[in-house]
Amino acid sequence: MSLPTSLTDFTLADARDAVHAKKISSKELTQAFVKAVADAKPLNAFVTETPDKALEMAAASDARIAAGTARPLEGLPLAIKDLFCTKGVKTTAGSHILGNFIPPYESTVSQNLWDAGAVMLGKTNMDEFAMGSSNETSYYGPVFNPWRARNSNQNLVPGGSSGGSAAAVAGNLCLAATGTDTGGSIRQPAAVTGTVGIKPTYGRCSRWGIVAFASSLDQAGPMTRTVRDSAILLKHMASVDPKDSTSVDVPVPDYEADLEKGVKGLRVGIPKEYRIDGMPPEVEQLWQKGIDWLKAQGAEIIDVSLPHTKYALPAYYIVAPAEASSNLARYDGVRYGHRANGAKDITDLYEKSRAEGFGKEVQRRIMIGTYVLSSGYYDAYYARAQKIRTLILRDFTEVYKKVDVLLTPATPGPAFGIGEKTADPVSMYLNDVFTVTVNLAGLPGIAVPAGLTENGLPLGLQFIGKAFDEATLFRAARAIETASGFNAKPTQWWRAA
Amino acid sequence: MSVDKDTVRRIAKLSRLALADDRCAPMAAELDGIFKWVEQLNEVNVEGVTPMTSVVEQRLKMRDDVVTDGNVAPALMSNAPGGEDNFFVVPKVVE
Repeated sequence: MSLPTSLTDFTLADARDAVHAKKISSKELTQAFVKAVADAKPLNAFVTETPDKALEMAAASDARIAAGTARPLEGLPLAIKDLFCTKGVKTTAGSHILGNFIPPYESTVSQNLWDAGAVMLGKTNMDEFAMGSSNETSYYGPVFNPWRARNSNQNLVPGGSSGGSAAAVAGNLCLAATGTDTGGSIRQPAAVTGTVGIKPTYGRCSRWGIVAFASSLDQAGPMTRTVRDSAILLKHMASVDPKDSTSVDVPVPDYEADLEKGVKGLRVGIPKEYRIDGMPPEVEQLWQKGIDWLKAQGAEIIDVSLPHTKYALPAYYIVAPAEASSNLARYDGVRYGHRANGAKDITDLYEKSRAEGFGKEVQRRIMIGTYVLSSGYYDAYYARAQKIRTLILRDFTEVYKKVDVLLTPATPGPAFGIGEKTADPVSMYLNDVFTVTVNLAGLPGIAVPAGLTENGLPLGLQFIGKAFDEATLFRAARAIETASGFNAKPTQWWRAA
Repeated sequence: MSVDKDTVRRIAKLSRLALADDRCAPMAAELDGIFKWVEQLNEVNVEGVTPMTSVVEQRLKMRDDVVTDGNVAPALMSNAPGGEDNFFVVPKVVE
């Protein structure tokens, strides 16, 4: 292993090995990232920075390393999406309504990471309540993508909703970050920031302590610079949890161990429905490149059909808002969160607190959800959408009789400009067209960087796997990573500012 | 079917969202656009299809019916915007 010239250039895997071998201390590593975070204010990737806590945790890690009791992620600085409740550290979910919320408890996923020795750098910015695909719905302002097009100073979105985490990983502000994915919120920002992100199978990670958006779709997952790093981090995020009855009691394999096993003989499906109208030629070409790379490494390519694909996105925009309208009913200005002044009665208190506390997109989705669940409309919308979900899962089940994984584009295009798609909700929703099917079917999906556009912006490919077969996704994504040789990094323009 | 201003007012009431009058028309237009786009779901034949209730095939787990938590009133009250003596405080609800 050759050590990088700057500590912040480390991958999670190399940092782990270097810290365990005592080549570097957690303190040195953590100080480097604390400084990188402080220098990256123009990106607005963090809602809350926790440098003191990070250095405290690093000191404790160094003591453990000296005592010979180091844990698997000992002393490794991570960023946590601001949707994970962190005990004693403000958790906003990107919303004004939780602007002062300090959880008295810790989410299971983040607790798992601290129990494995990891260090917290802070809480990353995100679309409000994870509702968005560009990080522009955050009450705390948009996040800027570390990437800019060649010869351009235009600020681009980092994708969303885990935009702060994606920007922090792409900009080397942390070794890795946590994200959550309800319709593509890990994979879409990973793809447009040149990073790796996996949404595991529903039930793989506990949802306990993660601010709920749509409970039947939400899953936590890692966002990292390499496939290996995601394999490492997921291993330590995943667990069966008595506090989440939907977390599944299936052993978590050592994903890292199987990473280099290659794709020889792997049956890779290419679903024709993912070739959509108006898809930029660059996306199409990259997809073909991915197919060629896999073929060259001995995979068997099989054309398949998932006939209900086009209905996934509209079905999602019934199911997700319906669940959100129920989940967000808890924000009433009484027990926690923002409370409006001068309410004349209890209903007025609810209505004013919620109107002041929720942003436009969140209000819109609560309205959609309330409408589709309201008397007389339930069967026409919600029940129908849930039936279509059954058909979407059935499509996958049929296809998995013939193939082991599916290869698709991750996004319909590269990162776009701030404000470019905010006017029309449906055009914004279309960013998740390739990722949303996976959530509806509960399956795992991984986005892996595969190349740059002509303008120098990253594009990703997505693998979709069978339930609880994340190991194959890592293996397949690793094959793309090796073949593409993707190692481009954004110029650190924000440091000059 | 199109979403009108009265529907928006009714849904806002059910949603417990105070909606300013000048927001009703734009919200109606936005929702209308979204519901028009969603209408394509009507093309799908869902006859005899069971609605999905769980993405992962597993029986809901049962646990022993015992108290596992409690006596955490200060933690529960720590974020309350109006709270006194471990009570949440709201505007008067009884005349």
